[in-house]
Amino acid sequence: MMYPQSRVGTVVRRLGQALPVLFGVILATFVLTRALPGDPAAFFAGPAADEKSIAEIRKALGLDRPLPEQFLVYLRDLSRGELGTSISTGQPVSEELIRRLPASLELTFLALLISMIIAVPLGILAAINPGKLIDHICRILTTAGVSLPTFFTGLGLVFIFYYILGWAPAPLGRLDFAYLPPPHVTGFYLIDGAFAAEWDTVYAALSQLMLPCVTLALFTLAPIARMTRASMIQVLSSDFIRTARAAGLTNYTVLIKYAFRNALLPLVTTLGMVFSFTLGANVLVEKVFAWPGIGSYAVEALVVADYAAVQGFVLSMAIIFLILNLIIDILYTFIDPRIELGN
Amino acid sequence: MDRRKFIKTAGMTALGASVLPFLKFSSATAAPSGSAVVVIGQTINSLDIHRKGTNRPSYQIAVNCYDRLLSFGTKKMDDGSLSYDYSKLEADLAESWETTADGKSIIFKLRENAVFSDGSPVTANDVKWSLDRAVSLGGFPAVQMKAGSLIKPEQFVVINEKTFQIDLIRPSKLTLPDLAVPVPMIINSKVAKANSTTDDPWATEYLHRNPAGSGAYKVARWDPGQQLVYERNDKWTSGSLPGVKRVVVREVPSGATRRALIERGDVDISFGVSDKDARELSGRDDLSVVSTPIENCIYCLCPNLSFTPFKDKLVRQAVAFALPYEEIFKLAAYGQGVPMWGASDNSPKDTSWPQPFPYANNIEKAQELLSRTDYKKGFEVPLSINLGLSSWMEPTALLIQEGLAKIGIKATIEKIPGANWRTAALVEKKLPLHLENFGGWLNYPDYYFFWAYIKGHLFNSSNYDNPEVKQLVDETLHMEINDPVYSDKVKRLIKIAFDDVPRIPLWQPTLNSVMSQDLSGYEYWFHRQLDARKYNKGKG
Repeated sequence: MMYPQSRVGTVVRRLGQALPVLFGVILATFVLTRALPGDPAAFFAGPAADEKSIAEIRKALGLDRPLPEQFLVYLRDLSRGELGTSISTGQPVSEELIRRLPASLELTFLALLISMIIAVPLGILAAINPGKLIDHICRILTTAGVSLPTFFTGLGLVFIFYYILGWAPAPLGRLDFAYLPPPHVTGFYLIDGAFAAEWDTVYAALSQLMLPCVTLALFTLAPIARMTRASMIQVLSSDFIRTARAAGLTNYTVLIKYAFRNALLPLVTTLGMVFSFTLGANVLVEKVFAWPGIGSYAVEALVVADYAAVQGFVLSMAIIFLILNLIIDILYTFIDPRIELGN
Repeated sequence: MDRRKFIKTAGMTALGASVLPFLKFSSATAAPSGSAVVVIGQTINSLDIHRKGTNRPSYQIAVNCYDRLLSFGTKKMDDGSLSYDYSKLEADLAESWETTADGKSIIFKLRENAVFSDGSPVTANDVKWSLDRAVSLGGFPAVQMKAGSLIKPEQFVVINEKTFQIDLIRPSKLTLPDLAVPVPMIINSKVAKANSTTDDPWATEYLHRNPAGSGAYKVARWDPGQQLVYERNDKWTSGSLPGVKRVVVREVPSGATRRALIERGDVDISFGVSDKDARELSGRDDLSVVSTPIENCIYCLCPNLSFTPFKDKLVRQAVAFALPYEEIFKLAAYGQGVPMWGASDNSPKDTSWPQPFPYANNIEKAQELLSRTDYKKGFEVPLSINLGLSSWMEPTALLIQEGLAKIGIKATIEKIPGANWRTAALVEKKLPLHLENFGGWLNYPDYYFFWAYIKGHLFNSSNYDNPEVKQLVDETLHMEINDPVYSDKVKRLIKIAFDDVPRIPLWQPTLNSVMSQDLSGYEYWFHRQLDARKYNKGKG
């Protein structure tokens, strides 16, 4: 068993190793955004701009300078913690990310929670009863989950629960306009609302979260359930389970304490992948539910060649990925003591 | 603004937190009395129209939170809906104006009672500072001001506290109407100057977030990317106070979601809906759909003269005769708009603009015209569309492709993303055949021709060059429309456009909005943005 102190040391070492990776990401995003076709100056010069005003905009954006110089300016700003101003939204990129990232994270976390609550037991049950009814239900659900596009599920849910039944609130983003966001602490409305003891706000935020969360959960359910099932089946057929059963351990102990713990490793890996994928890729869900998240922000920015916003988005996603991978690696050591960090 | 107060004034009673979220949700979205909820599809990115990069939806701040020297009147359309009236210039912050005897200046008398939303009087100094700013910051505002022959600060002169003078570089019919477009808004210069820095003398950073005007509304709250909340400015002096105290503008990107919201009655107006939704919702009793043809705007197919076959007028005419106009109008515009084809006469009867061109779907005629050219066997050409406008451009392009195939022209559709479109189509003007949607704010045919038919001008993406057109536009652009030669010259311009067809008009589009029967006072404006100043609820 590793000691916590060495874990801290490893975390620091891993973070140090991440620096070159981050620099690579910064350089690659910078070059790639510049390589995109399209001229932001012409785009933002407005509906009736002439050559002169386009040139003025280009100068104002600093795009008239040579690329290496632009890169150095960008690095200098980064070192001061400035991500620049997004020209398409007119707001500093860092402000936008601080506002939008929690919106996406709250949605993704809750969706993953819902999908895990359903998918993990479903996967386990399907693994214990292969070929039985529950296994077929699992198969149908996962197939439907991956094959239905999220905007379709989203619109379908809006149509049924909002338009026809009127059970769900209007799909108008994170909060109905009658409420104000709770004081900013974490940016998660559920948590901030609870801090401020504004329970009606928490309730309103939760009702807004429901439909988009279910939409995303249906989508993320598939890989989690499939992975749980596959990994459980593999573990259940291994020797130590047979030994455990032969030793007369209870079914519960065998399944949860021995089998499930061993099946967790690939599941955690999958979870990490699903999480990062969902965070950046739920653009369509964000559009349908007018969710002010990070995915739609990045796509809009990309469409109009908004360099600062794209760079800021990629950089923050890279940082999230690094942290996420680190967390997963640390989790491994808890799940499986044989695994050591850093080697 | 105080958070608690907002919730209270918004008329919300606390919802029982004990109810599970998924059980019946009591309609918190039904607007509290005195407020209206608007949904739009785009996002507002600045509260300052003069700022670089400010997008079109943001122009509504200039309309609702600022006044100008002049404004336009209101007229009733044939269908009973309201529209601004281009022919009627009205006083806004100026109570009167007159051109000096020598015709070289215009003198504006400011209204005595005019005050900004902070209560300070509107003075000639504010007017000068604001107009100086509009011509000095460059970019789009400067271009728009230039259209009215307003190009430099020296033209703007303060006579005294309430008298302001504009020195003209030339007499032009465009100067006065150009003072009524959103750009020359009057800013509270005292507030702006107090928030300016040496690097930022025009307070662009401050005004980007904080409007300082005399308009009908103030901005109570702006959550970029989500919503903007207007609150009535009770000190407004330029008109009778708006009937709606608070207007909440919510940004909802998905058209399907916007449609569900207006159909459920959770919002009062869905501004700028698609032609399809406008058509499908028009029969409903509980909603009213207003579709107004957009003035001085035409959706066109543009053959580029830098592409060799299109240098030949007959080829362009053949293309114009090969298009299936009816189908395009039905399938791409859902019948919303005004047809721009099928005129019976080759000469225009009057100077109305836009007006139908003398072309219609006639394959024999198209084949006959093409057979008289070097391209009787046809040719291949890429047909470019803007992905950002694919809702009408894509079906249109497919039908055009089909039509052109019948006369042997093989068109391949090329989709160009929004950011590249401006550069490729308008700046480099390199697309051989493409769809185009220019519309001019100032409603004169010669103004349209100025932008779209003169070599090198931005919207002449066809690279059309005709010295006679250039001369006619130079002569008519600043000429008063009651000048005896004006009408003949404009008719000549239109006749040339008929004959040369460097732009093949398809239809004049409409601006569609869907609103609840409860809401009245919706008015169309040339800027095509939300104007909440006349909204009223419950009296419709």
